Amino acid sequence: MTLAKLRGRARSDKVFVTFAEAVADVQDGATVIIGHFGGPGGMPMLLLRALRDHGARDLTIVGNTAGIGVVFGAKRDALRIDPGVLVENRQVSRAIVSYPIAPGAPQPNPLEEGFKAGDIKIEMNPQGILAERIRAGGAGIAAFWSPVGVGTIVSEDKETRTIEGKEYILEHAIKGDFSLIRAHKADKAGNLIYRGNMRHFNVSAATASRVTVAEVDEIVETGELDPDKIVTPGIYVNRIVCRPKQFRGK
Amino acid sequence: MFRLDREAIALRVAKEFRDGDVVNLGIGIPTLAANYIPEGRTVWFHTENGAVGFGGSPPEGEEDIHMTNAGGGFVTALPGMSIFDTIEAFTIVRGGYLDITVLGAMQVSEKGDLANWLRPGRLIGGIGGAMDIVAGAKRVIAAMEHTDKKGTPKIVRECTSPLTAVGCVDMIITDMAVIEVDKEGLMLVEHAPSLSVEDIKSVTDAPLRVSGELREMEL
Repeated sequence: MTLAKLRGRARSDKVFVTFAEAVADVQDGATVIIGHFGGPGGMPMLLLRALRDHGARDLTIVGNTAGIGVVFGAKRDALRIDPGVLVENRQVSRAIVSYPIAPGAPQPNPLEEGFKAGDIKIEMNPQGILAERIRAGGAGIAAFWSPVGVGTIVSEDKETRTIEGKEYILEHAIKGDFSLIRAHKADKAGNLIYRGNMRHFNVSAATASRVTVAEVDEIVETGELDPDKIVTPGIYVNRIVCRPKQFRGK
Repeated sequence: MFRLDREAIALRVAKEFRDGDVVNLGIGIPTLAANYIPEGRTVWFHTENGAVGFGGSPPEGEEDIHMTNAGGGFVTALPGMSIFDTIEAFTIVRGGYLDITVLGAMQVSEKGDLANWLRPGRLIGGIGGAMDIVAGAKRVIAAMEHTDKKGTPKIVRECTSPLTAVGCVDMIITDMAVIEVDKEGLMLVEHAPSLSVEDIKSVTDAPLRVSGELREMEL
C-alpha cells in the first residue's frame, strides 16, 4: 500500500491486511512505544518485524526492554522477535526503558556496542514509573511526583519536592507517535480483549500515541465482543492487524 | 567454612511468610522460596507483569506463553487468581498492598541500602520492578550468599555498586546468618548450624551487633 492510499483511508476503516501497511508511515525520528514485557507473551512480534523491514531510522523506542538478548518464557515453536530486532538493524538512537538487556545476554551485543559508541542513548526508568509515565501521556497528565528511586541514578537531574515529610521526584509523561501493541481479539471498531497475562504494558501503551496499532489473533464483527469484557476501548486504537493462522496464539 | 545451599536459604526465607501475605519474589534464590511455604498458610504471589495468586509451573506441554511471571517462568492459575496490567501491578506495590518482597542483592549496606541492578564490569543493567517494589513493600528481605564468588563480603558499610534504593532493607537472609536492619545498623539474630559469631563477622564488612537472643537458624 502506498502512503497516499494510507492517508486516504477512512478513519473508521481500521482493519489492515498486512503488517507492512500498518507501519508504512512510521517516519525517521519517530517515537515508538512498544507494548511488551520481555518474553514472547503479549509481544507485538509481527509489527516489530514489519517495522524492521520498513527500516525507519533514528527511532526513540519506549518500553520495558530494548530486546533483552536472551529468549525466556518461549516454547520451542514460539516466534522469537523482540525490540532487539530494531536495535540490531541500527534503527534506534534512543531507548527509554527499564530492563534494557538481560544479565545473561551474549557479549558483545548490538545494544551495548551502540551505547559504548554513543550511537544509542539509554534512559533508565523504574518499571512501574515507566508504565505510569506512559499512562500519564495518554491521560493528559504532564508530570507527577514519584516516590521511587530517590537517591539513585533515576533521580539525577530531576526536580525533587518534600511532601508531608517524604521526598518525591518529578517524572514527566511520555507520548509517542506510534504505539505497537498486542492483544488477543479485536472487533472492527478496535475494541480489544486480552488473554492470560498479556496486558502488562499494552493497556497503557494503547492510550499514549498519535497512532495505535494492535496485533491480534482474531478480528470479529463490531458488536460481537461483550462490552463488559472489553479492556481497551476501540477509540484508542487506529489500526488492527490479524496474525496469519500459523502464528495465532504464539 | 559451612554454608547453606540455595534451597536452604529459600526454606528459611519462606518462614517469614504469614497467612494471607501478598508476596513478590525476585529472580534467583527468592523464587525458590515459593516451594517452601509453611503448611496451612495461604500466600498470594504478585508479579509485575500483572497477576496476583498464581501457582507453580504447569506440566510439560501445557505451558502458555501468555501465562508467565516477570522472570518469564511459566505459571498456572490458582483459585482466586486475578489478572491485570502493569499499572495495576504497581498500584498494588506503591499503594501499600504488598506485604513482603524478597530480592537478591549484590550489596547491602549497614544502613539497609540495597544495590542489585548493575553487575560489576557491565555497562548496562536492568532496574525492572525492583526500585518500585522496595519503595512500596511493607517488608524488604534481601536473600543472598554472604559473600560473592571470590569471597568478598556483600554486607558492607557503604555500597560501591549503584543503588536500587536507600535504607530499604529490613532483613538479610544469607547462607550463614539472619541479620535484622534497624536504626542503629545491623543485628545478628540467627547463625547457620556450626557457625560461630566470629565466623560470620570475619566475612561481614560492616559492624555487626549480636542479639541477646541469638539462635541457630531454624530450617
